[in-house]
Amino acid sequence: MEYLELFFKSIFIDNMVFATFLGMCSYLAVSKKVSTAVGLGAAVIFVMLVTVPMNYLLDQYILQPGALGKWLGPEFADYDLSFLTFILFIATIATMVQLVEMIVEKFSPELYNQLGIFLPLIAVNCAILGGSLFMQQKEFHNIAEATVYGVGSGIGWFLAILAIGAIREKIRYSNVPPALRGLGITFILTGLMAIGFMSFGGMLTGGDDEAAPKEEQSVATDGSKEEENATVYINQTEEVK
Amino acid sequence: MASKKNIDLIKDPLWDNNPITVQVLGICSALAITAELKASIVMAVSVMFVLGVGNVIISLMKNMIPSSIRIIAQLVVVATLVIIVDLTLKAFMPDLAKTLSVFIGLIITNCIIMGRFEAFALDPNNTPLQSFMDGIGNAWGYGLILVIVGFFRELLGSGTLFGFPVLGDPVEKTGLYALGYENNGFMLLAPMALITVGLIIWVQRAKNKSLIETH
Repeated sequence: MEYLELFFKSIFIDNMVFATFLGMCSYLAVSKKVSTAVGLGAAVIFVMLVTVPMNYLLDQYILQPGALGKWLGPEFADYDLSFLTFILFIATIATMVQLVEMIVEKFSPELYNQLGIFLPLIAVNCAILGGSLFMQQKEFHNIAEATVYGVGSGIGWFLAILAIGAIREKIRYSNVPPALRGLGITFILTGLMAIGFMSFGGMLTGGDDEAAPKEEQSVATDGSKEEENATVYINQTEEVK
Repeated sequence: MASKKNIDLIKDPLWDNNPITVQVLGICSALAITAELKASIVMAVSVMFVLGVGNVIISLMKNMIPSSIRIIAQLVVVATLVIIVDLTLKAFMPDLAKTLSVFIGLIITNCIIMGRFEAFALDPNNTPLQSFMDGIGNAWGYGLILVIVGFFRELLGSGTLFGFPVLGDPVEKTGLYALGYENNGFMLLAPMALITVGLIIWVQRAKNKSLIETH
């Protein structure tokens, strides 16, 4: 049950795009059409699925203070390699993206041509590195939790880019003020969608008026504190679809 | 040093070719940490350091890096510089380092940095000095948007600037609050950062018609 909670929480409440602003560059650049948005979103889900658990293992067995002592013997327990976090994480991600690219090219050249330049772009998509860094901050208990978190965040990003892609296809027929066309209106629309997604956070308190409003830092750092009811999320998912 | 080209390198990205509002790069960090002006400025300075120094390093090494592994080489340079920034912040400003938390790490994937490396520092026609100017110029443009957004969000959201109350005291009801003004706490929340940037883009394009997109 707690996996289900974590899953829906990482999709809706800690949504990568709307709560923590990660992966905004490709989100804005690739969302002009639904078809390309779906391709990139799917690739992001897959890379998240692979890199977050891998980085979890790296974090547990190499990076954490004392982690080397777990498997190399007690004399290594004093080492603290946490300053290497960024380099190791980004190396994992770059390698995995390269690997995914090669596998997709070998087994499904069609998909490879469809995704084209977006595949290598994933290496510098901050949602991926952000997913790993938040994973490290949240201190999950086992690799399954980290995997669920990775997939959930990937799906959250996918939903966001799908939604904005659909809106941008339609907004072509609206009369937007000239200076606001393109980028400007996309920013404002994303802001409005983010307001909508904030209401998912409100479900944690059951819509209680006395609940203190959350600041964005607290969303980013200690989102795991509150207890929540997973069944509420399931109802809410239906609405989103 | 102060030739026309060098001055343009610094001046252009500030407004007419702004990395955030025109090139659409490096948006993630720009939005996430702008609830306070101080955090915005620290972030801008960090990016300026990473971009300026990184551009020079890449420019000096451009003849040594084989093009097939250039992305990984660039990532290693950026990651090293970001580790320096991260450890410096943790040592001298621990509170702020906590607020910025993972967003300092995310400078690595800030597309402005990779974009400038690819587009400018690796170009054989550009000298290391010009690369430095270009890096500083783009970081200026990035910082300008951060400071504007941070200014409005902190002023309207909590009535302070750099943590000092400027609109009076909301509890004692002095200054503007005596006239019935209330802080708009919504400005501190995530969505208003997006909308503020959207409004900046609106103002910018209304003034400079050449930037208007068809769709």
